[in-house]
Amino acid sequence: MLSDHNEPNKGLGLHTRRVIAYIVLVVVSFFCLFWFYVLFINATRSNGELQSGFTAVPSGNLIKNWTNLVHGTLPVWNGLFNSLLISALCAVLCVYFSTMTAYAIHAYDFALKKFIYPFILMIMMIPTQVTALGFIKLVSRMKLEDSFIPLIVPAVAAPVTFFYMKQYMESSLPLSLIEAARIDGSGEFHTFNMIVLPLMKPAIAVQAIFTFVSNWNNYFTPALILHEDKKKTLPILIAQLRAADWLKFDMGQVYVMIAFSIFPVIVVYLILSRYIVQGVALGSVKG
Amino acid sequence: MKKKSKAVRYNKWGYIFLLPFIIVYVIFQLIPMFTTIYNSFYENYMSGLKQIGPNFVGLKNYNTLFSQGDIWTYTKNTLVLWIMCFVPQIILSLLLGAWFSDTRLRLKGQRFFKTVIYLPNLIMASAFSMLFFTLFSDGGPINSLLMQIGFISEPYKFLSNTGSARGLIAAMNCLMWFGNTTILLMAGMMGIDTSLFEASEVDGATSTQVFFKITLPLLRPILIYVMITSLIGGLQLFDVPQILTNGTGDPMRTTMTLIMFLNKHLFSKNYGMAGALSVLLFIITAVLSLIIFKVTGNDKRKG
Repeated sequence: MLSDHNEPNKGLGLHTRRVIAYIVLVVVSFFCLFWFYVLFINATRSNGELQSGFTAVPSGNLIKNWTNLVHGTLPVWNGLFNSLLISALCAVLCVYFSTMTAYAIHAYDFALKKFIYPFILMIMMIPTQVTALGFIKLVSRMKLEDSFIPLIVPAVAAPVTFFYMKQYMESSLPLSLIEAARIDGSGEFHTFNMIVLPLMKPAIAVQAIFTFVSNWNNYFTPALILHEDKKKTLPILIAQLRAADWLKFDMGQVYVMIAFSIFPVIVVYLILSRYIVQGVALGSVKG
Repeated sequence: MKKKSKAVRYNKWGYIFLLPFIIVYVIFQLIPMFTTIYNSFYENYMSGLKQIGPNFVGLKNYNTLFSQGDIWTYTKNTLVLWIMCFVPQIILSLLLGAWFSDTRLRLKGQRFFKTVIYLPNLIMASAFSMLFFTLFSDGGPINSLLMQIGFISEPYKFLSNTGSARGLIAAMNCLMWFGNTTILLMAGMMGIDTSLFEASEVDGATSTQVFFKITLPLLRPILIYVMITSLIGGLQLFDVPQILTNGTGDPMRTTMTLIMFLNKHLFSKNYGMAGALSVLLFIITAVLSLIIFKVTGNDKRKG
């Protein structure tokens, strides 16, 4: 194995470097996974078992903790439903309209294009937090507090997703194809839906996942908009759990609640990880 | 040019397809931005049960913001937390990126390791910090584990000491972002012309020399990009310290970040101060973004 590399090397030998690399990678991986392992173990243990100290083996109280949680004071099912609904609709709106915006810039030549494209790139970095004040004022003037509309509709204008789609189109959406569709008599809207969207599937899948996850995890904006208990999303419920007098809480329930917010994302990620990691690398090239 | 008349017929579709983006952007981001700036010049808060304002006060909010001194404490906290997170993160990411992209090293199981290190990036930050809060609480599993192995004799109060509270926040953020940074840097390293590495190998350069003399200088634009986007992200640090300290920034407000400060003003409906703080954050972000623009722009001209 090493025979083709046995020329004298002034630094550390290749073999040594490989061993160091593996050791560091294993240690780093341990620190990435350890917390989730402890979370899983603790979610299966009862409050009494949790008080008695740390062990590395799971116990059998997962289902019991879960039933205690859903019958408790936190509206967990509502939270799950709200989080799912908001994240899913955001993902759909975001990828569809970002692709459409990218297509407008990619496929057409119009007077304002020279102005709009740099403008979208400029606003890409503006964090949502700095406009939050105006946003909540707008929402209260529109009487949309405790409504999901101000959390879902803004997903239509997502500069980062737009930028990714635009990059992807440059590499894999030849304009000659659109020209051919026109000659065949396909209308512009029809071309977009029937020809462009299917060709963009890999990029759409990656961005749909990212948008879903970032909305699933979003805490800052929903916490400012949603006040009614039944309307709250999972991150707000977690914050509520933190604010509660947690010492009186059944810790088994606390761990199940955290696990319940984290593990669905982990499962989806593990199934799709190859595409996600590739997608991150793709988006970075000439970011 | 010959096709122009035909092209014009189609090009109105460019505007039609842009319309949803523009409308939603103007309503939900541009107008709020102007309202935010507008509010920063008005006095508008609750004093007890009495509503004060809105009255035009010019730059008074900005004056109060800077003279009160809180802003400097929170800026310092935010920057300290960012540096504590960024330095280990960039070192680790450079190291892992170099190993992953090194063809001589031929590491096995790369896909597994990349999958694992990227995983924490997708975790809900609020749930993750709630998890750390319970794990590192005074009677929590980490303390009992450390006592069981005899490392400490009584529980260490992680959340009551400035160093360990900041350390936990920085560690969590580092854990959540180093995978992302590694993948970005690795993509950059893969883009370097391999003939450069081959030439240096022929010349007998060690891998350390190759890293510092070839990889790092060529990676400079991407490194600057990574650093500034990370700084912009660092300024937005909110979820982790907010949940970990229940919004108090304890101990003694040493973990209170700028966005936590903004969030406080928003919840207490002190819109004048929230506006001034938002405008300040906006200006800082805009300056940082312009630097990225310049760096990546230069890069394109060279390539």
